[in-house]
Amino acid sequence: MTVGFDGTTTGAGRRPDVVVTGMGATTPLGGDVASTWTGLLEGRSGVTKLDAEWAAELPARLAARLAVEPTHVLDRVEARRLDRGEQVALVAARQAWADAGFRHPRLDGPGGPGGPGGPGGDTVDPERLAVVIGTGISGALTMLGQQDVLRERGHRRVSPLTVPMLMPNGPAATVGLDLGAKAAVRATVSACASGADAIALGLDMIRAGSADVVVVGGAEACIHPLPIAAFGQMRALSTRNDEPQSASRPFDKQRDGFVLAEGAGVLVLERAQDAAARGARPYAVLAGAGITADGYHITAPDPEGTGAARAIIAAIRDAGLSIQDVVHVNAHATSTAVGDLAEAKAIRAALGEHPVVTAPKSMLGHLIGAAGAVETIATILAVRDDVIPATRNLDDPDQGIEMDVVRMTPRHVTVPAAVNDAFGFGGHNVALAVRKL
Amino acid sequence: MSSDDIRTGLAAILEEVAGVLPADVTPDKSFTDDLDVDSLSMVEIALAAEEKFGVKIPDDELANLKTVGDAVSYIEKAQAVA
Repeated sequence: MTVGFDGTTTGAGRRPDVVVTGMGATTPLGGDVASTWTGLLEGRSGVTKLDAEWAAELPARLAARLAVEPTHVLDRVEARRLDRGEQVALVAARQAWADAGFRHPRLDGPGGPGGPGGPGGDTVDPERLAVVIGTGISGALTMLGQQDVLRERGHRRVSPLTVPMLMPNGPAATVGLDLGAKAAVRATVSACASGADAIALGLDMIRAGSADVVVVGGAEACIHPLPIAAFGQMRALSTRNDEPQSASRPFDKQRDGFVLAEGAGVLVLERAQDAAARGARPYAVLAGAGITADGYHITAPDPEGTGAARAIIAAIRDAGLSIQDVVHVNAHATSTAVGDLAEAKAIRAALGEHPVVTAPKSMLGHLIGAAGAVETIATILAVRDDVIPATRNLDDPDQGIEMDVVRMTPRHVTVPAAVNDAFGFGGHNVALAVRKL
Repeated sequence: MSSDDIRTGLAAILEEVAGVLPADVTPDKSFTDDLDVDSLSMVEIALAAEEKFGVKIPDDELANLKTVGDAVSYIEKAQAVA
């Protein structure tokens, strides 16, 4: 017997329900999911000024730095072998793994998470465990740092760890190795949609039966003068340097670009049946995914939002949901002039004007390849807890927005289902549909 | 520099790079089998040793340095020549 995607109990051959049983994160608002979620509900900003000397001449001198340094969480020797993007992936993945009630193959004793005598801890056949973690440009810090070493000290001083630290599959490989995943370790690279893309791929893998448990997510850490200069040259970054906490203002008339952020979000996916059998308590059902491409421009979004709207509709169809079920949209809204408008058009075209919308980048900044994962975690908590965080800095909604965007205080409303949007340079559109258990 | 000084210096490098306890760094220990040092860390250790002891450790020599004792005597000889 299998529980089908449309909620009915059917015979073999129907797709299983896939649930989220564990979540982990490290973000500018906190070192875990609970503190990040509290920060979002409180409307806190994770953005600060960049006071470093290297930032003095840059047009954008603000960023959303991690609240908790990964080197304070990880073992010193372990951390020094990893790029910062790999470090945050590992921190978030270990949290998600323990949250799902699984035993870490190396860190936990036979009693489970917390060591011997701990609360138990389930195991997964390594050949049925997969990892999919996406990134935008994880490894950039290592590449740039080792370029400095090469130029100043010569090739004999370049670290032998450079390649495993700079490769964009590094976060996925780091987590796969740590958890002992042997079904597959994969990495999605679709710019700012990478984290959501990873979740969609993990959903596919469980549905296809290629793994029983998939650890999915996104990781990013690229706060450095070159990426800031480069995004700045695209006029993509906010230059509201004197008011860092007001700089990220999605949907607001005065928005002037995004704020670069760093962090990671990781989720544990498995079949609802398997979760029930081992007594795990899922957060929500990952009900569907929709993936499209704009085919419009290498970086600019289609101003009509057509590709984004198609992704949202595809996710809802895949989830077997009706438009009315989707009470909430967690928007990608990065605080750029064109992007936010295009997304508002897409949401209205796909769903109409009823969804309650929020834009978490107003607080988190833009986590790039981790954005889709961290924001899916927020979407899942909104569905579980029936509360939607407010959008910070939305003082004066721009013309063309015309949606019910939560402002000032969180909205308490029953959320049977919700959609998370994630879009990326290259014209990548990913929408994920989440519903209550 | 005495062989004991070299071993102590090597132990500090091993601790920094690979988290090996200094007390475990004795001449009979194999880098890979006993101290769990992988091939990437071995290159890092060789680079750090070159700087610390002012010697050159070419790749074909590095391949022969299986134990802590091998490394200490190689560095001792290389320093004597320098």
